[in-house]
Amino acid sequence: MSTVILLTLTGLGLAALYFLIASGLSLVFGLAGVLNFAHGLFLSVGAYATWWAEPHWGLAVAVPVGIAAGAATGALVEVVLIRPLYKRPTEQVLVTVGLSLAGVALLQSVWGADPRTFPRPAWASEVTTIGSAQVPDDRFLLIGTAVVVLLALLTFLHRTRYGLIIRAGVENRDMVSALGIDVRRAFTLVFTIGGALAGTAGVLGGMYFGSVSPGQGASLLIFAFIVVVIGGLGSVTGSAVAAVVVGLLQQFVNYYGAAGAGDVSVVALLALVLLLRPSGLARTAVTA
Amino acid sequence: MILRVRDLSVRLGGSHILQGVTFDVPPSGVTALLGRNGVGKTTTLRAVLGEVPATGSVEFGGDPVLGRPTHKLVRSGLGYVPEDRCVFGGLTVAENLRLAVRGADPDYDTVHELFPELRARAGQRAGTLSGGQQQMVAIARVLLNRNRLLLVDEPTKGLAPAVVSAVAAVLSRVAEQVPILLVEQNLAVVRRLAAGAVVLEAGQVAWTGAASDLLGDAGRTRTLLGVGRA
Ligand SMILES: Nc1ncnc2c1ncn2[C@@H]1O[C@H](COP(=O)(O)OP(=O)(O)OP(=O)(O)O)[C@@H](O)[C@H]1O
Ligand SMILES: [Mg+2]
Repeated sequence: MSTVILLTLTGLGLAALYFLIASGLSLVFGLAGVLNFAHGLFLSVGAYATWWAEPHWGLAVAVPVGIAAGAATGALVEVVLIRPLYKRPTEQVLVTVGLSLAGVALLQSVWGADPRTFPRPAWASEVTTIGSAQVPDDRFLLIGTAVVVLLALLTFLHRTRYGLIIRAGVENRDMVSALGIDVRRAFTLVFTIGGALAGTAGVLGGMYFGSVSPGQGASLLIFAFIVVVIGGLGSVTGSAVAAVVVGLLQQFVNYYGAAGAGDVSVVALLALVLLLRPSGLARTAVTA
Repeated sequence: MILRVRDLSVRLGGSHILQGVTFDVPPSGVTALLGRNGVGKTTTLRAVLGEVPATGSVEFGGDPVLGRPTHKLVRSGLGYVPEDRCVFGGLTVAENLRLAVRGADPDYDTVHELFPELRARAGQRAGTLSGGQQQMVAIARVLLNRNRLLLVDEPTKGLAPAVVSAVAAVLSRVAEQVPILLVEQNLAVVRRLAAGAVVLEAGQVAWTGAASDLLGDAGRTRTLLGVGRA
């Protein structure tokens, strides 16, 4: 029983990371049609910014710095590199792939390839006893943050004008323009939000793994992409549900099956979903 | 003239779809843009809006507009009711309308007067509306704002006869306030609404004149539109 509790909470913690990355990825693709392979870079930038800022100003300042760095990177990438290429999707993909490789190389040249020890709040290193299980408190940090982000995103999408524009744009960008709305501004906004969420994932991932390394973003990104496809492109709720499924599946299969079987099972799940429900769990790309 | 289109050319996917289209839209009443299926009516509207790349010149209220971003052009008073309605299916009726509001005081009074049903269905997802109801939403979106010209693409397509005449009645009322460039296959509707007509054929304008001259002449109607009688 204690193993099941621990696996569940660890799976949900991982799901929280996947969700934070996937929701931004999903909105960016759903609205702007951009397959953003540089999304993992936003995560790494956020993580390194926090890691760098913490010795200077402490964690309370360093965390917002990391999130802001992710957001700024997202906005900058959209404005400088993606925007000139909206009519050329192939070049766009190449640019994001190139950027993610260059970004990893840059981080490596500045701070080295070795993992750096990542700071975390003291309480996150404690454990809480649930039933017979000793659950590390960082799991609750991850899960709690993801739940707050999910609620905040849904409120934003359903209660604000920009949220309305994004939901409509995911369905039909051209029609949003034909209503007199500058949909490109919404593109910049989703990149910024996606960057902030990826930065958050970078910070939390650093705390969870206890370290940060240049390639961390890229490896999480692979699973986030799978979550996006399973959840349905452009759907935030779909991303959340798919992240939970993927996180739990991975944890349980890795524990009870052979080593690495968890990752294989996630890919198998992806294939199954594509076979049975090609447009993902959310089916219609409605940003609900 | 509220809209002057000169030598408008569009190439899409390797084919030369519009090959020098030239016509004018007067500042009042309904002007029909006609032609057989696939002749380029929708493409003409989309080119005017800047949704497809085009060459030539288009003046809206005296200002050249080709190359301007669509949203700016629309904001300058050009309302678009696209073919197939393009309502946002995942949004509610109220959200569809709210999204379309451009100015500080949207004219919900007119919308609710013309389409009382939309008020009753404000909370319903637009994707679950009937075709006729979706068309009401599409038209209501342009009525919320002050426009100098409306581009309306096949508003009666796929609708039952009673709904067709309801839509025609609405457009006839709207046309008292704002000129309309109307693409329409239903010639009875054209006869009822349109003063002028522009007929496209093979990527060019084949005929312009009074709608009554076109529809009153069965032979001309048949050669230009490929139909027997209106
Ligand atoms: N994006 C595109 N790429 C290639 N060809 C296109 C594209 N859009 C339209 N066409 C072609 O251009 C031609 C004109 O299309 P358009 O939709 O303007 O016709 P239409 O007059 O509105 O027809 P209908 O009466 O059936 O609505 C058609 O042959 C169509 O196949
Ligand atoms: Mg058409």
